[in-house]
Amino acid sequence: MAAVNTEKLRASNKQAGRRYGGTIAIFTVLLLVGLFMLLPIYLTVIMSIKPVEELFIFPPKLYAVRPTLDNFRDMFRDMSSNRVPFSRYVFNSISVTVTVTVLQCIFCSMAAFVLAKCRFPGSKIINSIIVIALLYQSNVIYIMQYIVMSRLHLIDSPLALILPSIASPMGLFLMRQSISQIPDSIIEAAKVDGAGLFRICWQIVMPNQKPALMTLIIFAFQAAWNIQSGSLVFREEYKTLPTVVTQAAASGLAKAGVAMAAAVFMLVPPIVIFMLAQRQVIETMAHSGIKE
Amino acid sequence: MAQIAAEDIGKRSKQEKRRQLLVSIKQNKECYLMIAPFMLFFIVFTVVPVIMSLPMGFTDFNMAQSPKFVGLSNYTTLFLSDKIFIRSIRVTLVFALLTGPVSYVLCFMLAWLINELPPKLKTIFTLIFYAPSMANVYTVWQLIFSGDINGYLNSFLIELGIINSPVQWLTDGRYVLGVTIVVQLWISLGAGFLALRAGFQNIDRSLYEAAAIEGIRTKWQELIYIVIPSMGPQMMFAAVMQIVSSFTAGTVAQSLVGFPSTDYKAHTIMTHAYDYGWVRFEMGYAAAICMILFIAMFICNKLISKALGKYLD
Repeated sequence: MAAVNTEKLRASNKQAGRRYGGTIAIFTVLLLVGLFMLLPIYLTVIMSIKPVEELFIFPPKLYAVRPTLDNFRDMFRDMSSNRVPFSRYVFNSISVTVTVTVLQCIFCSMAAFVLAKCRFPGSKIINSIIVIALLYQSNVIYIMQYIVMSRLHLIDSPLALILPSIASPMGLFLMRQSISQIPDSIIEAAKVDGAGLFRICWQIVMPNQKPALMTLIIFAFQAAWNIQSGSLVFREEYKTLPTVVTQAAASGLAKAGVAMAAAVFMLVPPIVIFMLAQRQVIETMAHSGIKE
Repeated sequence: MAQIAAEDIGKRSKQEKRRQLLVSIKQNKECYLMIAPFMLFFIVFTVVPVIMSLPMGFTDFNMAQSPKFVGLSNYTTLFLSDKIFIRSIRVTLVFALLTGPVSYVLCFMLAWLINELPPKLKTIFTLIFYAPSMANVYTVWQLIFSGDINGYLNSFLIELGIINSPVQWLTDGRYVLGVTIVVQLWISLGAGFLALRAGFQNIDRSLYEAAAIEGIRTKWQELIYIVIPSMGPQMMFAAVMQIVSSFTAGTVAQSLVGFPSTDYKAHTIMTHAYDYGWVRFEMGYAAAICMILFIAMFICNKLISKALGKYLD
């Protein structure tokens, strides 16, 4: 008996050792790939704090000799020289992004649950239309979308930036794929207990879909944050940050520093959301008890 | 007489079917209610524009005058006399075959490796790999590959003594496709990668424990017998995303090596469609190009879902 136990212990020690060694090996591989991924972004940040004269010296340096915030100052100056105060663009961007993200998550989750777990007349067709919509990338669509929007008198209204982004086929597809992994028996059991579909969706299914939902939030936020208002909205007071930032930075390499500052500035909110959401994804591991 | 009776039965069963359909629609009222908000926006802003755009490929449409029906002539021109289109097919295929599978495997392997790390490192590495998809940093790549000695890559290689004079990475026909592929790979850890990360996080811990009891020892066995079978839906999602991003690539090339690229070396089908659509305003022709691309992507999607079929519900 004791012999068996020591045997087991030794085996598990060995496994633990291998696990530890394995983690280091994995870490090294990830670090190398990570450096390649990180380098351009690192350079972007560095160039955004380099003074102009340092941008074009040879050999180019991997750090800023005299770091400065001039590029950011220039960017903000360019942006606030318009008729509308800078805070207005921030407000526009935030309201568009939040509305799109919230509505997209709610609508996509509900529809995804029904499409993944219920058979009803039309469900199969809708499922295949979603995939077709994902694959159909024609540049003619934008024109047609524009025609539809102008028929609905949406052009030059803030709604033009919000409404088209709400029903994202990608968001629905992501949620549908993930929800399809929940065993039918759980849903059947809830039905027997007398719960309606709406309640099943929000009280049983969605609490277990945190990883997918958080991922959807990341996608939705990022896409909405970068919506260009250029051709849809012409009034200055409805424009969003990406459009104004692009305008401020669009003068080629001469203004490379400002362009970098703009890229860094626009990157901060999505990264914050990413960190918050990703932490939720990782915490899910601890209590995922609802699988068969 | 018998014939009439048979017809009657046929009619009745048709009516019966219709009645059944109505009943089942009524039974599933809740389903329709829950799907309605999504479908409303989806139909108005996606389905209607797609349906409106379908017939465009058979017309001559310059956006100023109303479309004129021209039958199949767009398609015959494409395949019989548009040499640049034939070339763009080759570029797209090379591009898709190189970036697609590589970045798909990369997405999967990196997501899997990250899953083995302690929680804090998980967040950091996921961020590092996903960050390129969030950032809009073509300008920095332009500076890295810049053709003068100030370019990061050139100055690095000169200092190492590998090259003597700067290489025109972005304009030399020999390099433009390679440079585009590198940058495409760099931004390719996107939606698919994150979805896979989420999928890994959702695999039930007890599965691993059960597997350990049943004699699964190595990580590779774990991958094949537990991880892949429980990741089918996410793998399909990542595959669709990968198809879309590698077949429709064009923006990377356009913002990096210019438009048109030297000798059309990085001229993809999507770039060709952009050329006709937004530069020459021949929308009908551009729509035909996109239609061919869609058919290629559709077939590719069917093949992959067949390959992954046993892991899907």
